[in-house]
Amino acid sequence: MADEIKDIDDHSGIETTGHSWDGIKELNNPLPRWWLYVWYGTIIWAVVYMVFMPAIPALPGMGTNTTGLRNHSDRDLVAAAVADLKAARVEQSATLLEASLEEIETDRGLQQFALAMGESLFGDNCATCHGAGGRGAIGYPTLADDVWLWDGTLDGIEYTLRHGIRHEGDLDTRFSLMPSFGRDNLLSTDEIDDLTDYVLRVSGQEHDGEAADRVADLYQQQCASCHGVNGQGDRLQGAPNLTDQEWLFGGSRDAIYNTIYNARNSHMPAWQDRLDDASIKALAVYVHTLGGGE
Amino acid sequence: MTETIGATRRSNNTSILGVGALTSVFLFLALLMATYSKDAGMEYQALTFLLLAGVFVIGMALWVGGLVDRDPFDESEYENTLIKFGVAASMFWGIAGLLVGVVIALQLTWPTIFYFPELGWTNFGRLRPLHTSAVIFAFGGNVLLATSFYVVQRTCRTRLAGGMWPWFVFWGYQIFIVLAATGYLMGVTQSKEYAEPEWYVDLWLTLVWVVYLLVFLGTLWKRKEPHIYVANWFFLSFIVTIAMLHIVNNLSIPVSLTGSKSVQVFAGVQDAMTQWWYGHNAVGFFLTTGFLAIMYYFIPKRVNRPVFSYRLSIVHFWSLIFIYIWAGPHHLHYTALPQWAQTLGMTFSVMLWMPSWGGMINGVMTLSGAWDKLRTDPVVRMMVVSLAFYGMSTFEGPLMSVRAVNSLSHYTEWGIGHVHSGALGWVGYISFGALYCLVPWLYKKKGLFSKSLVEWHFWISTIGIIFYMVSMWFAGIMEGLMWRAYNEYGFLEYSFVETVEAKHISYMIRALGGLLYFSGAAIMAYNLIRTALGHGEAENLETTNDPYAQPEPRAAALAPAE
Repeated sequence: MADEIKDIDDHSGIETTGHSWDGIKELNNPLPRWWLYVWYGTIIWAVVYMVFMPAIPALPGMGTNTTGLRNHSDRDLVAAAVADLKAARVEQSATLLEASLEEIETDRGLQQFALAMGESLFGDNCATCHGAGGRGAIGYPTLADDVWLWDGTLDGIEYTLRHGIRHEGDLDTRFSLMPSFGRDNLLSTDEIDDLTDYVLRVSGQEHDGEAADRVADLYQQQCASCHGVNGQGDRLQGAPNLTDQEWLFGGSRDAIYNTIYNARNSHMPAWQDRLDDASIKALAVYVHTLGGGE
Repeated sequence: MTETIGATRRSNNTSILGVGALTSVFLFLALLMATYSKDAGMEYQALTFLLLAGVFVIGMALWVGGLVDRDPFDESEYENTLIKFGVAASMFWGIAGLLVGVVIALQLTWPTIFYFPELGWTNFGRLRPLHTSAVIFAFGGNVLLATSFYVVQRTCRTRLAGGMWPWFVFWGYQIFIVLAATGYLMGVTQSKEYAEPEWYVDLWLTLVWVVYLLVFLGTLWKRKEPHIYVANWFFLSFIVTIAMLHIVNNLSIPVSLTGSKSVQVFAGVQDAMTQWWYGHNAVGFFLTTGFLAIMYYFIPKRVNRPVFSYRLSIVHFWSLIFIYIWAGPHHLHYTALPQWAQTLGMTFSVMLWMPSWGGMINGVMTLSGAWDKLRTDPVVRMMVVSLAFYGMSTFEGPLMSVRAVNSLSHYTEWGIGHVHSGALGWVGYISFGALYCLVPWLYKKKGLFSKSLVEWHFWISTIGIIFYMVSMWFAGIMEGLMWRAYNEYGFLEYSFVETVEAKHISYMIRALGGLLYFSGAAIMAYNLIRTALGHGEAENLETTNDPYAQPEPRAAALAPAE
């Protein structure tokens, strides 16, 4: 039926295909040349890429996919890059492991290496709890000050990193337990109320003096063995100093009452199975420099 | 022709009975599941189904009772009521989905302020799939249902096939949406991105989808046009491929037939590959070919010009659907996926660039002879700008699929920006354009309630999209560069949390962009409701009695615009 009357679009002068759907017609325009050539170009590029790069899956007996003319393998490249990086660090890491605090502090290059490594590790492993730069949060000690619960020496920090605090499964973990005086019915709520005033007094805050006096003996019996006769704490047991106005879980009346009633006993994981020795040493150096290393 | 009419009526009765019977079977199953449910999630889901499907069956029974002698599926009229329902559902879910999007954007920006621990279901993890499913499947899906049913009838010059069955598709799809959405909020999920609903919801959707396919095919089958219009090829590719993707990606074994939990049949990298084969082609066949179908009807119809090139439509249709399906592995570059598959995904993505652009060229060039409408008709402008966003994001996509680029862009906000330039710009705007066309056409009005409100919608939303896109490009490239920054000793320069902190300003701009886009959609909803009510400029049209009336071919090109 090619002899039928052609339907020509008035505006463009192009023939339509002769059909109409709900008034919609289609022009018989050719494919735009530039469109077609760019498409051919992408197809040619794709074929070339497939020749040079891995493109064909492993057939039986091949073991692996084709690696192309470039003999390319992502996995080999990554393995090589990781090996290169390790090799580049091996010397400095070994020196770091051997070095004492004095040596690290005097060897500027070594110190910078340790701090760069420590900062990087701290950001992704420690900052989640201890905050960026070790600024701390409620329940998570500030590392950027000179208040230490356990030990602020380089070796002490390294020990804490290695074994954690109250970390189950590590026999050498730093461990101490404050009793839950209220929850376990060791003391009455009245006594805990009064002890709260006592703690407020030793920390130099507003308090009820009579209440504090009532439990002066009780404090010596129940608390002083860890927190000290004057509330100055005991680092050997990880018992906080109550007089320094530094609080891990808050120094308000409610927070102190809550601490005595429930106890806190928070945890830090042991890192010795998760980070290598050099990383732990670098972290210890980094934390040591944050503010209060001893 | 009384025999034909009688036969039609019989098949119509059959369709009503069939829909009633099938739904009743599922009502019974839901009752069993509610009674013997193994977990609270399943119990609530079954009760929700009982409520919604019950309303459907009872509503249908009341409606049939009121029919008396009238043929509800009169073959001499188009099915328009269902389309009106579809338009309303699109608007409703669109507003809901965009609102949730704004909420989660605020949660990301100010995580401590928009955090309500006492309301666990408002957690970002619950709301994020709610947002994606609501905008893609609830909004986009309803737009596709409504427009496909509208377009297939007009371009085939016949009423929808199946009598009551299209209503089953519509209502069944709404039930799917509500089950999926309430499930997410309760924590019922199979944790596959864009395919979170659990096994029984998947089965229900499969049933609804197969009926959808049959209704569509049945309508094509009884068409009164000799040829099938290009929009219908695109709709058909969307319906068929989504069925295939949905079934394969959701292959799983329920832990119990009365419990909400299931286990995937794929594991490891096979599961990841299946997931991204699905995820990528959901973009390809839901958000691309489906909406290209909308473009192929509504742009030529609105500007009253012929489609630019029939030949281009054929070549880009077949090349698009053939190449798209292989491009999924580009979502798994530099992972455990074997490298040959990454090569496949990347090369096919690059080859996909021109086939994607074919649709843009055909749409934009259709305006030749009617360029002035860009200035005078904000609805046309919206649809053409949608094609511009389509062109931009289908160039950006192949670019990001190149492994070297992907090593920077992957996992960053750039991906979020990319998907939203496609979603807000392309899918959103072509849908809004279609809705702006459909409401006056369906309600037989001379025009919209207010053209200037369309202008407001257009500009507010466009500024919103730009804010969104640019802030996410900025945030994405910045965090990509921060992630790969090493210091002189080969240690990472930034910790992860620092890269999150650095995005705060970008997040604020993104949330503002989303809010603007949402505001535009709210203006549209208002405008469309006032249009349907016949207010303002939306005066009634003189209606003709012949619904199939169409102008002569030559006259069509000359007839004035809608």
